Amino acid sequence: MASALVENHFRSNKLPHIWCPGCGHGIIMRSIVEAIDELGYNKDDVCVVSGIGCSSRAPGYMDYNTLHTLHGRALAYATGVKMANPKLKVIVITGDGDCAAIGGNHLIHAARRNIDITTVVFNNNIYGMTGGQYSPTTPTGEKGTTAPFGNIDKNFDLCNLAKAAGATYVARATAYHANMITKLVKAGMENKGFSFVEAVSVCPTYYGRKNKKGDAVQMMRYLKDSSVNVKAAKKLPKEKLEGKFFIGEFHKVEEPEYTEQYQKIIDSFQKER
Amino acid sequence: MENKNIKLMQGNEACVEGALTAGMRFFAGYPITPSTEIAEISSLRLPKVGGKFLQMEDEIAGIAATIGASLTGLKSMTATSGPGFSLKQENIGYASIAEIPCVIVNVQRGGPSTGLPTSPAQGDIMQAKWGTHGDHPVIALSPSSVRETFDLTIKAFNYAEKYRMPVMLLTDEVIGHMREKIEIPTADEIEIIDRVKPESGLDKYNPYEVNEGELVPKMASYGEGYRFHVTGLVHDETGFPSNDSNVAGNLLDRLMKKIDNNIEDISLYEEYRIDDAETIIIAYGSTARSAKSAVDMAREEGLKVGLFRPMTIWPFLDKQITDVAKKADNIIVAEMNLGQYVNEVERVGNKYANISKCCKANGELITPDEILAKIKEV
Amino acid sequence: MTTTNQKGLIINKNWCKGCGICVEFCPTNVLEMKDGKANIKDIDSCIMCKQCELRCPDYAIYLGGKKDGK
Repeated sequence: MASALVENHFRSNKLPHIWCPGCGHGIIMRSIVEAIDELGYNKDDVCVVSGIGCSSRAPGYMDYNTLHTLHGRALAYATGVKMANPKLKVIVITGDGDCAAIGGNHLIHAARRNIDITTVVFNNNIYGMTGGQYSPTTPTGEKGTTAPFGNIDKNFDLCNLAKAAGATYVARATAYHANMITKLVKAGMENKGFSFVEAVSVCPTYYGRKNKKGDAVQMMRYLKDSSVNVKAAKKLPKEKLEGKFFIGEFHKVEEPEYTEQYQKIIDSFQKER
Repeated sequence: MENKNIKLMQGNEACVEGALTAGMRFFAGYPITPSTEIAEISSLRLPKVGGKFLQMEDEIAGIAATIGASLTGLKSMTATSGPGFSLKQENIGYASIAEIPCVIVNVQRGGPSTGLPTSPAQGDIMQAKWGTHGDHPVIALSPSSVRETFDLTIKAFNYAEKYRMPVMLLTDEVIGHMREKIEIPTADEIEIIDRVKPESGLDKYNPYEVNEGELVPKMASYGEGYRFHVTGLVHDETGFPSNDSNVAGNLLDRLMKKIDNNIEDISLYEEYRIDDAETIIIAYGSTARSAKSAVDMAREEGLKVGLFRPMTIWPFLDKQITDVAKKADNIIVAEMNLGQYVNEVERVGNKYANISKCCKANGELITPDEILAKIKEV
Repeated sequence: MTTTNQKGLIINKNWCKGCGICVEFCPTNVLEMKDGKANIKDIDSCIMCKQCELRCPDYAIYLGGKKDGK
C-alpha cells in the first residue's frame, strides 16, 4: 500500500526501509525517484550505484539496475559502468563520509573528468551506520562519538569542493526542500557531464542527539529556517545571512563530456577502416 | 603453405594480446612498474576494437571500474604490481562474493612495501590466496614464458567467465619484460568461453539462483531489462542482503564448490623428465626456467632429476603434488620468496618425501647453478 | 489501519515510524500524532498540497485515490 510513485519506482516489498524514525534519507530518496519519474526515463536504463553507509542502502529499495559497492568506491564503480555502457543514466548515491573521506579521491577525479554521472550526497554530517563518529562535514566544534570534546577538524563545503574539482553542475538543497531536490536532480541528470547535488539530510538519532539539536521535527525546522536560496541571498543584507547556509544552483557550465570524448577516439578508427 | 603468425613479443604485451583474443573490451588501471606496459598497450589497442581504456586515479579505482564495467557485459581486466596488488585486495573480495568475472594481472616485484620495483619476485603467492579478508574461492595462474602468458591470459578470462569470479594472473618482472619469439595460435586453436546469460523476457530473474546442473548463476548485464541488485553483503538468490546464517553458510559453500567441484578443469601443470626422477624440483613462473636448466644439467651428470611445474597456483594442486611426492625421494621447491608455496607442498607431501626449499628474495633470479647445488645437497 | 476519505489522503500505519514531520509541516493542521503514529484529525481542512507526502521519510502518508499520480 503506497503511492503510485512508490509502487512504480521502488521495490516496495523491501519497504519499509532500515532508516531510523525521522531520518531525512527517505525524503531525499523519494525526491530522486520523483526526478526520474518526471524525466520519463525507462527504468531499465537507470543505474544507481552506492558505496557503504546509511545513504548507500538506498539502491536496494529502488527498482532500477542497482549496485551497492564498497565504502568510498561508488564513483569508481560508476565510472566503469558509465564508460562501458554510456547509454545508462548513472546516479551515485553516497554519504558525507563515503564521498568526502574514504571516497574523496574518486569524487574529485570523477568531477575532473566531467563524466556524465549525477552524484547525490546525503549529507547528515555524521557516520550513522557505525554509530555517530564525526565526518568530514561535521562542523568544527560539534560532537561525535570520536570527537567527545568537540571536533577540531575543519569541515568541507562539499559543493565548493566539487566545483573546484571540475563538476559542471553543482547545487544544494535540503530534506526540507524535497521539491527542490527533485528539481536539482533533474537538472543534474539533464546536464551532460558530472553533476553534484548535495542533499542536506537530518540524523536525529546520532548527530541530533549528540549535539542537542532536538528531534527530527526540530532538525527539519532548522533546515527550513537556516537556509537561504543563493539567488535571494544576493539581495539580502549581510546581517540577514549570519548563521545561514545557501541552497540552490551554484554552478552550471558546458564542457566536453568524458565518454563522448572517448567515443570520438573510437570513431576515428572506425572511419579509417 | 601454412601462414604462421610469428612475433617477437614482450610478456606484458603477450598478456594484452591474449586478453584481446579472449575478448577483453575494457581495461582500467593505474601505472605501476613493472606492469605499466599492460596499461599502455591496452590504451593503444582497445579503442581500435571499440573497447574502452581508463586510467583511473588510483589502484582501487582501477579494479572498481573494472568490476563495474563487467556488470554491463564487457570482459574486463586490470593489471598491477606489488603495492597495487595490496590496494586491490578489498575489491577482489567484492568480485568474489558478488561473482563478477574479471581478470587481475599481478606482475610481481620485490616487496614488502615499495621494495624492489624493477626486480622480479614471487612473494605474492599467499597474498593471492589470502589477501582479501574472509573465505573465498581463488584461481591464480602463473606463466613461465611469453607464449604461455598469452595462453594463460586467455585461460584466466575463460575461468573468470565460466566460474563468475576474479581470476589472477601472477607473472613476475622477468616474465613481463622478457622478449621471446612466439607463434600466435589461430582462432580455431583457441577456446574462448563467454559467461552464461539468462534468456531475455523472463517474468522473473533471480541473479543468484543456481538451478540443477548449472555451474553458476546466469549473469544478466545492466541495461538489458533485468533490474537486479548487486551487493558485497551476504545475499540470497534474489541478490538482496540477508543476515540469515543459513543463507550465509549456503552462499559461502556454493562459492567454494565452484572450485572444489571443478578442480580438474582448473588444474594446469607441466611435468618434465619426472618418470624415473628421484629428486623432483617444483617451480613456477620465471624460476621454473632456471629449474628446467638445472634438471638438464643434473641429468647430464647422471642424476635422476625432474621438474614439476604448476601453472595453476591456486587452487593448490593437491592430487598432483601428492603423486609427485609419492614418486620422488626428495622434493625441492624453488621460489623467489622466503618460502610460501613450499608450505603447501609440505602439507600434502611431507609423509612421502623429504621436502626442502631453494628460496631467494633479494631481487635476483634463482640461477640453475643454485638449484643444481641444492640438488646435490639433498 | 488505512484511512481513506474524500480527499484521498492515506496513512499506511504499518510504515509510519512516528517522526511527526508530516504533522509539523502540514499548513492547514490536518494531522495529529495518535498512539505514536500520524493520524488524520481534520480532513475537511486538507488542501491536498502534498507537503506531508513529500516529506514523509517512510512513504507512509500520501494522496491516493483518483488524484494520485500526475
